[in-house]
Amino acid sequence: MTLLGSITQFVLGSAADVLPIAIFLFVFQRLVIGEHMSNWKQIAVGFVFVVFGLGLFLVGLEQTLFPLGRLMAQQLTDPEFLRQDSGGAAELVWQDYYWVYIFALAIGFSTTMAEPALIAVAMKASTVSGGTISVWSLRIAVAIGVGVGVSLGCFRIIAGTPVHYFIAAGYLVVIVQTALAPKIIVPLAYDSGGVTTSTVTVPLITALGLGLSEAVPGRSPLLDGFGLVAFASLFPIISVLAYGQLAALRARVSSPDSGNRDNEKEDNHAL
Amino acid sequence: MKNSLIALGRDALSSLRDLMPIIAVVSAFQLFVFRQPAGNLLSLLLGALLVVAGLSFFIFGLRLALFPVGERLAYSLARKGSVFWLLSFAFLLGFGTTFAEPALLAVADEAARVAANANVIAMSPEALGTYSFELRMIVALAVGVALVVGVLRILINWSLPLLIIGGYLLIIVITTIAPQEIVSIAYDSGGVTTSTVTVPLVTALGIGLASSVKGRNPMTDGFGLIALASLMPILFVLIFGIVMQ
Repeated sequence: MTLLGSITQFVLGSAADVLPIAIFLFVFQRLVIGEHMSNWKQIAVGFVFVVFGLGLFLVGLEQTLFPLGRLMAQQLTDPEFLRQDSGGAAELVWQDYYWVYIFALAIGFSTTMAEPALIAVAMKASTVSGGTISVWSLRIAVAIGVGVGVSLGCFRIIAGTPVHYFIAAGYLVVIVQTALAPKIIVPLAYDSGGVTTSTVTVPLITALGLGLSEAVPGRSPLLDGFGLVAFASLFPIISVLAYGQLAALRARVSSPDSGNRDNEKEDNHAL
Repeated sequence: MKNSLIALGRDALSSLRDLMPIIAVVSAFQLFVFRQPAGNLLSLLLGALLVVAGLSFFIFGLRLALFPVGERLAYSLARKGSVFWLLSFAFLLGFGTTFAEPALLAVADEAARVAANANVIAMSPEALGTYSFELRMIVALAVGVALVVGVLRILINWSLPLLIIGGYLLIIVITTIAPQEIVSIAYDSGGVTTSTVTVPLVTALGIGLASSVKGRNPMTDGFGLIALASLMPILFVLIFGIVMQ
């Protein structure tokens, strides 16, 4: 019964998010463009699916995965847990947090794979590129970037290095890669940075960041808890650019005359 | 109808596969690192089922509504040939969806509390409310401006790398002079603006536009709007923090 209640609540919540956008789109279409949407029935059904889909998706996450993820982030950053591995030493050094890095890598990767906004962008990229960029491989590239980014972000919180150093160095890498990578991947790579920090990933990695900055002596949740989102947005750019560079390199090595076709299997999501 | 059902079924299978990594990670950590059973297994299973159903419905609706609507509007606006309406649409879409974004409301309220603690504003409900409202306006304005710049870029053929890299260089410079408390909020606000409903719409808008403007390639010119929409709020909020100081 409580589950049914929260489902209703979340579906209504997502309706409240989607409805203003839908109304705006319809009004704009009617008044400015002066056209009726010929297929408005299909679109209305689509919007209903979007609303219900988002609602159910969020209930599912909120009911089970988020509490569990937050609990795990708490447990991992608990000094008691960390000490039992370091052999009871009084002072923890950054190496003692290795489970945190592994968890950050794994949770960053796995939550990004389920990120609906990323699936949407990957579907479009696959359609537009005529299948050259497959949905699946783009998502894996982004997910690797987020995993590495979150893991490195955790190291930063523990080591206390200023966030600018990493961000500045990261963008330096991006600049160099932009010059070297195939032109078609560059805008997509930049967009990948923005998409990742969405519904699924942010709540979990924020919990991890806050837990860490509370547990590590000398860190403040207000000043250090945030950096993870910035890391999770920066590193996918690098990994997607690298994916583009690798694909170009492989195409050049294997068949110099057949162009850079990616032979990876098409994903189910591709149109 | 039958085809739709098959499509929905295929989406459900893909969603199940999308969710497997999370389930694997969570169970592996519970079993091997914490050495404890994964809480209530039944409720975990039920939650996973809801997530799979939700994700499949969302993807299905995406193809039925969000993608076609975004592209249709982009085509119609490009055919109409009015730059004014195109830019107005981009601005309103960015501004409206961001201002209504619940995640932004949460971040803005949190930011107001931080500002009150740092004695930037008074610790009264009115002052907190005003600050939070102003911050949301700033972020929404930033996303609106970002989409306008992004659409202009597609029309005029500006270099995206130049815009993005220039923007982030500016952010890094401004970060050093901005008040410490606002930096965290600024970076976070860049992340919360691009919601799950806005992303497909904005992507479809960019690609629709790039495919209807002569001489533009949807692959190289269609993407980039999201990147700008994530960058601009950071810049605007940092400047807001400096001004408020």
